[in-house]
Amino acid sequence: MIKQTQQFERAALPHLSAAYNLARWLVRDEHIAQDMVQEAYIRALKYFSGFRGEDIRPWILSIVRNTCYTWLQGNKKVDEQLEFDENRDSGAYEAAFGSSDNNPEALLSSKQESLRVNFAISSLPPVFREVLVLRELEGMTYEEIAIVAAIPAGTVMSRLARARTMLRAELNCPMIKGGQ
Amino acid sequence: MNYHEDAELGAHIKSRASYYEAPQGLRDSIVLALAEAELPKAEHWTKRWLEWQRWMGMGVAFACGILLSVAVSYFHGDKTAQPNRIAAQVIGGHVRSLMLTHLSDVASSDLQTVKPWFNGKLDYSPPVADLASDGFPLIGGRLDYMDERPVAALVYRHKLHTINVFVWPARSKYLPVYGTVTWHGYNVTSWQGDGMQFWAVSDINTSELQKFAELLRDHPST
Repeated sequence: MIKQTQQFERAALPHLSAAYNLARWLVRDEHIAQDMVQEAYIRALKYFSGFRGEDIRPWILSIVRNTCYTWLQGNKKVDEQLEFDENRDSGAYEAAFGSSDNNPEALLSSKQESLRVNFAISSLPPVFREVLVLRELEGMTYEEIAIVAAIPAGTVMSRLARARTMLRAELNCPMIKGGQ
Repeated sequence: MNYHEDAELGAHIKSRASYYEAPQGLRDSIVLALAEAELPKAEHWTKRWLEWQRWMGMGVAFACGILLSVAVSYFHGDKTAQPNRIAAQVIGGHVRSLMLTHLSDVASSDLQTVKPWFNGKLDYSPPVADLASDGFPLIGGRLDYMDERPVAALVYRHKLHTINVFVWPARSKYLPVYGTVTWHGYNVTSWQGDGMQFWAVSDINTSELQKFAELLRDHPST
């Protein structure tokens, strides 16, 4: 029993940042994301004896994803609130950066652009947000994403195409368009 | 910029979007949670073993079973009843401090005297506050032993009553808030903040102790 936990820790803990990054993007709150990852890891330990795959990363991320979706379904109101806060906070951020004139111009526009991209991605529906995060930030293959999201690889490709179209529209939307 | 190419858009996301690294402490709290998650399995295993013993119908095995189940429930109960176990230790520490006229090793109402006194005696620096203007003057500090580790005990006074505050680093970020319990005429209240757990104990009434706890909690840590 103890040995199995040790094996699990050795295999699963190296993917803690991947797990946290996915959870943080899905629930959009750092504290809830930490709770999600912790819950997912406890769940994963329970099922670990049945895990026969070679690559643990998509498997553990699929458990993180399911935990986050369960939370999102049960906390629609909270999630909307977080979205609102994020909106407001990013505005405050931009105001702060915009008003300070001792920042080099390049840094200012790079920070603003990051806020703009972050905001655009987090305003996508979760199913599109997650494929973008897994593909572009985590660098996963279609097959790996298919395991995480429990969908066929073909669906991964079509969702990714749809997500990119939506993101392009968001980034070109004048409401959040940056200073360029 | 229109990011017409997928690769162009991908590169833009990779360079601009946040990659959220797991925060410090998440790893530790998960390792702790995993260790605790093992406990229910141990109980399950014991139950099966007890069933097997009953089937054997052997008196000796039965006696062993009782011993074992007592041991398991003791260790298991130990984990689940941890807050109460600590509360009992906290009250013990408080009562002993009054009995032995050994309230303070460093008797001072000066923060700059009390706080540095702990340097080299503990592997952390306890937050110390002066609440004299709120009617809870600092009296001093001493070392004590709680939850299997040396801890800081800070002594405050309210009218004629003594309040002991035991402070030591929190074991987990996710420890629940225990609230206030009353035991043998003593009130104990606990909370967490800045990575520390705080246990305040006194014979003052619960509302005054709550007030004190809130003052201490909201006081900028020194």
